[in-house]
Amino acid sequence: MPSSTPGFAMLDARAMVKRRLGLRLWLSGGWLVVLVVAATFAPWLAPHNPLEQDLFTSRLPPFWMAGAEPGYWLGTDSLGRDVLSRIMYGARIALVVALIAGTATALIGATLGLIAGYFRGWADLVISRLVDIWMAFPPVLFAILLIAVMGPGLVSVIVAIIVIDWTRFARVVRAEAMAQGAMDYVASAQVAGQKRLGTMLTEILPNVLPTIVVLLTLEMGIAVIVEAILSFVNLSISTDFPTWGGMIAEGRTSVHQAWWVLVFPLATLFLTVLSFSQLGEGLKDRFDPVLR
Amino acid sequence: MSAFLSIRNLSLVLKGGPRLLRSVSLDVEAGEVRGLVGESGAGKSMIGKAVLGILPRSVEVVEGEIWLDEVDLLKLRPSERRRKIGATAALIPQDPLTALNPSRRVGPQVTDRLVDILGWKRADAQARALELLAEVHIPDPARVMRSYPHELSGGMRQRVLIASAFAAEPKLIVADEPTTALDVTVQKQILHLIARMQARHGTALLFVTHDLGVVSKVCGSLAVLYGGLVVEQSPVRDFFRQPAHAYSRALLAATPKYTDPMAGLNPVPEAVITAVQAEVAQADASWRNGGWRHD
Repeated sequence: MPSSTPGFAMLDARAMVKRRLGLRLWLSGGWLVVLVVAATFAPWLAPHNPLEQDLFTSRLPPFWMAGAEPGYWLGTDSLGRDVLSRIMYGARIALVVALIAGTATALIGATLGLIAGYFRGWADLVISRLVDIWMAFPPVLFAILLIAVMGPGLVSVIVAIIVIDWTRFARVVRAEAMAQGAMDYVASAQVAGQKRLGTMLTEILPNVLPTIVVLLTLEMGIAVIVEAILSFVNLSISTDFPTWGGMIAEGRTSVHQAWWVLVFPLATLFLTVLSFSQLGEGLKDRFDPVLR
Repeated sequence: MSAFLSIRNLSLVLKGGPRLLRSVSLDVEAGEVRGLVGESGAGKSMIGKAVLGILPRSVEVVEGEIWLDEVDLLKLRPSERRRKIGATAALIPQDPLTALNPSRRVGPQVTDRLVDILGWKRADAQARALELLAEVHIPDPARVMRSYPHELSGGMRQRVLIASAFAAEPKLIVADEPTTALDVTVQKQILHLIARMQARHGTALLFVTHDLGVVSKVCGSLAVLYGGLVVEQSPVRDFFRQPAHAYSRALLAATPKYTDPMAGLNPVPEAVITAVQAEVAQADASWRNGGWRHD
């Protein structure tokens, strides 16, 4: 066997980069883990029953302010319900919606986008026109209309999110699949006898996956917001069950007397959505095989 | 049909547009190295893509035959064509940076064809791949097999692609400007490597390039294309001694000489271009009158 030819570097410098988890991933991941734990174990962790009203303890301030009662960490609302407990139970709804609606939207949108972007032709024509038409509807109105037809409830909220947002995935994944499809390695796979469907799954999909993951986490954040908006306008699940949107709606009316009823669910919502989007970016930086 | 690859009267059009290849006929004998030269846009890559069945969607074959190993590819059903091409031909692509799937390790990308088309066992394919990577002078092949493409340098990636092209012992390899994306020092090594591998394996090679210097070193014969028309086909020795076509002569004269870097560039003269363009127009006119197409 001939000896190796010297004279050029064998390794690209990028092979030697060590990638750490990074602050972004730690913070966003940490917050989401806290939230998931709080939601999952709410019946054991929550200091109070989130539905229990007690007018004697109404509008208690959070623990550091004068007049706070021990055990009501984030205060109580005007009906005397514990804000912290309600946020924890509200997280259940928010996370269930984020997970189910986000995943289903990603699956449907990405599949259609992949087919349109890789197979092109009439499949692309049909899917792309559908996306164009879909996007001409005002989304919030569309959601409210849908729920008016289907009746309020958790399932309606999830369906509404899927129906509205699949286009986001379809468009981005289509463009990405088209770009990947033009690469030489796809041609090579085809010369090597790969079937079209196989090429899509082994060559295109893995390279579109980082984009799908980023979009998925973004979508989860969006799902949380949409759920909050819909419960804000009373179109989500029934009003007696705590939701972040519902809490914000109630807190809004008494913001001058008890700001904490509004601010804490709002801050939780904000942090959650931010964490979802940052998680996606962080995961991409960490696990995308190609440094970009 | 004695030639291993025989292209007869092949015409391609850009859908709804002009012809890209104008009734091209071309033979590649078994074990021969055939150069395809021409300016960019002359259609040289299109020939290779047509042979391998990877034409862009916007391009359509309107007439002709492509005989590969006694079979007319254009008459086969797509699945049969794919199998035939996969078993007998391979591609060395132009840009090593985009020719390996960035999200898969190198090893399986070399062994895929052995396993999928030739039905080898994984372990055998693995052993063969290691052997091939060593043959293309890759140090520490086992490690390279485990690497992701972006961890390898450009020259190294091109070596991997060459190894992978020769892996299934194809009878024909289309090398589509395999050195264009590499810098000059690496270019030379890769060129030598392709030539050596070709000689050792006895593979026919269709070498697409715009570099006449490369042709003179690697090829046995060549075809010169202008505007999708083959203007000259001759053995390399004759071509460099006395090119038959005026355009070939001008092309040869236009090649810069490294021995005289200060000399001015000699672009192809206006008159030659006018003449060869007239030839192209002539070919189109007789093609339409010949009744191949009515539109």
